[in-house]
Order: sequence, then structure tokens, then C-alpha cells
Amino acid sequence: MNWPDIADAMFGGLADYGAILGLVSNSVWAGAILGLVGGLVGVFVMQRDMAFAVHGISELSFAGAAAALLIGVDVVTGSIVGSLVAAGLIGWLGARARDRNSVIGVLMPFGLGLGILFLSLYNGRSANRFSLLTGQIVSVQNAQLGWLIAISAVVLVALLLIWRPLRFDSLDPQSAAARGVPTIAVSLGFMLLLGLVVAVAVHIIGALLVMALLVTPAAAAMRVTSGPVSVPLLASVFGVVSAVGGILLAIMGTLPVSPYITTISFLIYLVCRVAGSRRGRVTRAR
Amino acid sequence: MSPRERPDAEDAVLQIRGAVLRRGERTLWSGLDLDVAPGELIAVLGPSGSGKTTLLRAILGLEPLSEGTITALGRPVQRKGNRRIGYLPQARPLPRETSMRGRDLVALGVDGHRFGLPVPRRGDRARIDRLVDEVGASHFADEPIGVLSGGEQQRLRVGQALADDPRLLLCDEPLTSLDLANQQAVVRLIDEHRRSGAAVLLVTHDINPVLGKVDRILYIANGRFTLGTPKDVLTSPVLTDLYGAAVFVLRAGDRLVVVGAPDAEESHHHHDHETHA
Repeated sequence: MNWPDIADAMFGGLADYGAILGLVSNSVWAGAILGLVGGLVGVFVMQRDMAFAVHGISELSFAGAAAALLIGVDVVTGSIVGSLVAAGLIGWLGARARDRNSVIGVLMPFGLGLGILFLSLYNGRSANRFSLLTGQIVSVQNAQLGWLIAISAVVLVALLLIWRPLRFDSLDPQSAAARGVPTIAVSLGFMLLLGLVVAVAVHIIGALLVMALLVTPAAAAMRVTSGPVSVPLLASVFGVVSAVGGILLAIMGTLPVSPYITTISFLIYLVCRVAGSRRGRVTRAR
Repeated sequence: MSPRERPDAEDAVLQIRGAVLRRGERTLWSGLDLDVAPGELIAVLGPSGSGKTTLLRAILGLEPLSEGTITALGRPVQRKGNRRIGYLPQARPLPRETSMRGRDLVALGVDGHRFGLPVPRRGDRARIDRLVDEVGASHFADEPIGVLSGGEQQRLRVGQALADDPRLLLCDEPLTSLDLANQQAVVRLIDEHRRSGAAVLLVTHDINPVLGKVDRILYIANGRFTLGTPKDVLTSPVLTDLYGAAVFVLRAGDRLVVVGAPDAEESHHHHDHETHA
């Protein structure tokens, strides 16, 4: 491949950009709401030290989606079932952080292996195969997009409703319990929401890259701010910019969406890291 | 407030009757009766693993007693958690990258239990400001909590525990890993709240920082306990009897040193006060 080919892959569709954008507008909406919800959920993923759990859930979600593909049922349903099974197992077996990491370490390769097995047995359209691992939102059908958007919206509302008790439980579960917060229910509720949003993210960015929308934006926001409103606000802005920006850049050419999303969210993180270290220096110098 | 030997049962903030705590085969304590009057400060002492933390958690309804009943603030303890009781759990300093400002820790005491859209209620802000002010945290409350010192974080925790002006305050090792100045500051905050008429139960391994403020001591060891004024409890014969081994209480200036208590780690803490600085 030479430079003109690369340029064509990246910008070949520029002449018809308006028409392409019209075709994928639902994908852009799905990306936007996932970026928003992913940024918000990510704040708690960071506070509860669950980045590894996100990865573990996404592999089982992939297995669920692959199984659905194989037996010919709805792929979104399959990924949700896989996600919820994983989230339930992790929440149930891994209440303590150390247990949790070992449970995830055991589940993750099993899930990935199952998924690869199901994909190997599946002999339908091959484009579907890798899209579950590396994502291709623009190939998701409109009916499914509607579901992804609806699920994200439900997660958003539910997350806002349990926001303060979840925040309390994430920082100090003992004090939270003493003040009457049902900490077990809140934790399991969060795992459920996390499972749902991971299942959505698998279809948009792919099982292997879910963390770019569920961890990176929140991690970046926490580098530069610490307020109760500014962190989630910034995290969701970063998430939306990454997801929507990635889709808008990708449709200029023929390359997949995911590398654009991961690159944007990584660049945001880098910038925040540099800005955050400046902030740290100022604090120390005072 | 002067120490009271036997508060009237009617005005007791906390009543414990016939409490027994077993862990498997082991009985940590049994036959515990305790009445705590308003304005009373009771220190709970004893070696690690003697069930001190569990006693506080039982009062909060977070852990069941093996036997017996607890009445806190006029109501039998049944449900999990009680917002009318202030609780300062044993805590380590928060990691540096914790994404929260100092005042947000206090705010959790005000709204952390509320479900529903996270919209502040009228008056919340003023309430949080007042709490921050009360614990002397105004000048650092807007800093990220991870960069604050252990003493500053502990003051904010006290602010959180006092959110509902509790008539009963339970503190679990509130002075651990604080330097002397911060220990005194935290003791002062707890004592101020006690002076407003609240009762305090304070679990500690080192009696010295609170010795001048304590009305009574509940000393748990060896599956048994002793309850009384510091003068009565902190003597060589009483502790020797409690531990079933030779224990000496020595006086060094205005501080007490307990020597020979069977739990090596605890006796170490008793006399090695300065290591916490």
C-alpha cells in the first residue's frame, strides 16, 4: 500500500460526505449517547477500580453475541445476555477487589475462547465476525441501532437515579452502610448497568476496545479536575467527542471506526495527563 | 459534664442489654450491659480481635448480636444503618488520585443516602458550609481530597459524621496514623460535639490522647469486659484480673503506660505513642 492508497482509504469518500453522513446519522446518535453514558459510567469504573472488570465483561459479551450469531438469534440480545451473566458472576463472586480480579482473569480467556469457537463454527457473512471484536457501528442495522440507543438511555436514567448512593458506596462503603445506603443492592445495580452499557459498546467499538469509551474518558477527566459536577461532565464530553468524532472521521474513507475512536480518546487522555501534571506542580510549589 | 456512674435508664442515649458476641466457637464477650447518658464519652479499649468494631457495627444495625438487645436513641436496633447515629469508621488516608474535593466528603453525609436525580435541595449548601466550618476545614475544603494530609481528611470525615447533629457518635480508632497536633484537633472536635449533649463511644488502642475527656472506659479482653471510670479500670490489679496475666499500669507524667498485656501489638501501641507522629 502506498501513500495515494492510504489517502484514498482515509479520505476517498469526502466527495460524497453529505450523502454518507445522511446514511449513518443513526450511528452518530448511537455513538453520541454511548459516549455520554460511557463517560459517566467510567467515573464510577475508576472510583471502584473496575477497569479490568469492564474488559472481562466485554469478552463474555462478545461470546454471547457470537453464540447468538451462530444460532441465528438477535446479536444485541446475545451480547446483553453475555454481559449480564459476566456482570452477575463478577458481582456475586468478587465482592472484594482481590477476588474480583482473579474471577475476571479466569472468566476472560474462557469468554474470548468461547466467542472464537462460535465464530469459527459460524459460516455466515464474514464481515460480522470481526466487527464484534473490533467494532463497526456503520454496519449495524437500524432496528438494532434503535435498541442500542434505548438501552443507553435507560442506563443513563438509572445511573442518575442511584448517583449519590453509588458515589457514597464507591468512596466509603462502611459509612454509606451506616447511613442506611443499601450497599449490596447499589453495587449489584451498578454491575447490571455496567453490563448493559458494555453490551452496547461491543457493537459500536468492539469487545477488545470497549475501554476506550468506558475507562479512558473518565480517567482523562480525573487528571484535570475533581469536582462532583466537573468530573462527570468532562468525562461525558470526552466520551461524546471520541465516539462522534471517530465516526465522523471514519466515514470520510473506508477505514473502520474503532481506530479513530481509540486514537481520539487516547489523545485526549495524553493532553489531560500533561495538563494534570502541570496542575500537580503548581500545588506542590505553593 | 461530670462522669456518671449509673445514668437513668430513661434518658439513656444507648442501652445494651445482655449482649453476646460469638465468632464460631469463640465468645468475644457476653453479658454486656451498657447505658450511655447524653454528654458521656466512653472509651472502648481492648486488644485487636476483641470485637470492639463489631460492637459499634451492631449498634448501627450492620451486624447482628449473637444474643441480647440494643436500644439506640429510644428505638430498638433492627434495620441496617441509622442516620441519627454519627459514625466515624476506621479509615486509611485516601489515595492521592481520589477524584473528589474535601467538601464533597462532607457533602456525602448530607446527601449521600438520597436516591433520585442528583439535584441539591434548598439549604444543602449552607448546611455543608456550616459543617466544613465547624471542623475548621474551610481553607482546604476545595482542594482535591487526595492531596490533603491524614489529619485534614480526618477532620472532613468528622464533618461528614456530624451531618445530622447526631445525639450518639461512634468513633472507631479516629486517631490512628495522625500526628500529635492532629490527634488533639480531632479529640477537640469530638469533645466539642459531646459538650453539645451528644454521647460518644470511642474505640481506641491508645487511651492517652483522650484520657482527660473520658468519663468511663469499657475494657474488653479475653472474652470478658470491665466497665468503670479510668481511675477504677486502668489499674494493675483490674487489668491483671481481666487478662488473667500480670499486667502493669504505669504512670509517666500525665500519661499511662500499660505493660504486659498479652496482645503484643496492642501493648506496643499503648506505650509507643510517638510512632504515630
